[in-house]
Amino acid sequence: MTDQVNSGRRRLLTTVTTSVGLAGAAALTVPLVASMKPSARALAAGAPVEVEIDDLAPGQMKVVEWRGKPVWILRRTEEMLAEMASITGHLSDPDSQVTEQQPAYAQNEHRSIRPDVLVVLGVCTHLGCAPSKAFDKGRASGLGDDWVGGFFCPCHGSTFDLSGRVYKNVPAPTNLVVPPHSYVSDNRIIIGVDEKEATA
Amino acid sequence: MSLMNWIDDRFPLTKVWQEHMAQYYAPKNFNIWYYFGSLALVVLVLQIVTGILLTMHYKPDADLAFASVEYIMRDVPAGWFIRYLHGVGSSMFFLMVYLHMFRAMLYGSHRNPRELIWLLGIVIYVALMAEAFFGYLLPWGNMSYWGAQVIVSLFGAIPWIGEPLAEWIRGDFVISDATLNRFFAFHVILLPLLLALLVYLHIVALHKVGSNNPDGIEIKKNKDKDGIPVDGIPFHPYYTVKDTFGVAVFMTVFLGIVFFVPELDGWFLEKDNFAPADILQTPPEIVPLWYLTPYYSILRAVTFEWLPGGAKLWGVIAMGAAIVMFFFLPWLDRAKVRSIRYRGWMYKTMLMLFAVDFVMLGYLGTVNPGHVNLVWFKNVTWAQIGLVIYFAFFLLMPIYTKLDRTKPEPDRVR
Repeated sequence: MTDQVNSGRRRLLTTVTTSVGLAGAAALTVPLVASMKPSARALAAGAPVEVEIDDLAPGQMKVVEWRGKPVWILRRTEEMLAEMASITGHLSDPDSQVTEQQPAYAQNEHRSIRPDVLVVLGVCTHLGCAPSKAFDKGRASGLGDDWVGGFFCPCHGSTFDLSGRVYKNVPAPTNLVVPPHSYVSDNRIIIGVDEKEATA
Repeated sequence: MSLMNWIDDRFPLTKVWQEHMAQYYAPKNFNIWYYFGSLALVVLVLQIVTGILLTMHYKPDADLAFASVEYIMRDVPAGWFIRYLHGVGSSMFFLMVYLHMFRAMLYGSHRNPRELIWLLGIVIYVALMAEAFFGYLLPWGNMSYWGAQVIVSLFGAIPWIGEPLAEWIRGDFVISDATLNRFFAFHVILLPLLLALLVYLHIVALHKVGSNNPDGIEIKKNKDKDGIPVDGIPFHPYYTVKDTFGVAVFMTVFLGIVFFVPELDGWFLEKDNFAPADILQTPPEIVPLWYLTPYYSILRAVTFEWLPGGAKLWGVIAMGAAIVMFFFLPWLDRAKVRSIRYRGWMYKTMLMLFAVDFVMLGYLGTVNPGHVNLVWFKNVTWAQIGLVIYFAFFLLMPIYTKLDRTKPEPDRVR
């Protein structure tokens, strides 16, 4: 033993103590931060939803809830589908190039599995407001003489066509999201299950 | 007094009292602008007291929250009074804080050596915005719900981590019961604790360097033989009495609003919030309360699609940057003098322009961007002009405060 302070040893011990302490504190934050993530119950509430569509006449829309979000199911008429083809020049992403906005099986002209039945989340891609129906055509819609029908977000004025495709020069950056969905039978949709999973 | 001696041997009570009240010398020339700091403190105490009473009756549950607020309004004795005090109190808190901040910008109270007081003050301001935002969800009205939806979605605009972050804040895929419950925790525990700590630090920093004054000169440079500033007067009784008078006037106005116009025609309590939250129905226009609308206006003013990453992301960045600007104010200001009294026409013009601009942006945040509410242009165009003025005030400050022709400062306060 000596009265001399072994400063090398002291530094080592201080460093080790501090490192272990910091590592412990860091490890502790993991469960604390994780506790704020969606709980098992919230995840379970995200379970798939089945919807009957045989009562849906052409031109009609129904709204169901999936994961706490409104899902629109719209059966489009032949006329609606035909008119949409004429407005692609006004759209920001007419060919659904942004792949995150829809599953691959809905990346087509109508953004749907069946050409007439559109399934999209009724959540504006700008800041999450709920857009409203603007199916009236022309001046009656209040959206201009050449409006062919679509959706209008009252919050910041974004507009979408009847396939949920966003118009140019509006605040919303992308098309409305098509959720994973598939057909259980001809007139029964399951929302939250991809087409592949359902058939497998 | 033997009791005082007993305490003073164990706790520095007399010492603290003298250092911070009876022998704390503040400049003798404080004017009306110097009321707002103490008034903000009074509102903070009032918010804490009314808040505690509200938690005794409020239920942070998505199924019960809205009805429990109506229960407070109708069945709890004086419940309506306590709730209106709290609701109007939040608006008055921001009003006091805005006037307090403007005072600093008038007289250069943010300048060396008071930068830390200013920085702590801006952190308080940001914490207060968070406190107000979390509190606004609690009544679970439709505007509460959709306001929270929009603001949390802003985090989703951050590249890569945005969506997981927004989910982590909400604790769900949408604003839900989980979100309400945690916002309640933030509103009644986290932020009040933080605010109390920050206000304490703000005052500690203030008492270290001493108050600025309308002349923007240091009273500590001119002391008498006892070391007391010749232009200073003890905080107690002089300013305790002055502030008490201010509180009396303030409470008259405050209670006038609480008793006669507690909603202030939708400015203090929004009309859409008298309907319960409806996840399938957005209110016709989602608008935050007046104290956040200047930034909301800046967010909506960015509509330029050609920006890399898109207009949405840059709107969020502009909004964040607008708040961050305040942190840099002490270093952006290069003038030789502090007070507006000795500054030249450039700073005077810019500060007034900024004040008008801030109010205009605030107003524009409450109206539909596509309409024409002010003459000449659509609201969004005015907001874009407002955005340019807002940032010009800050970013050009090193230039115009340097060029400005200042007057000489006096030796003594006037």
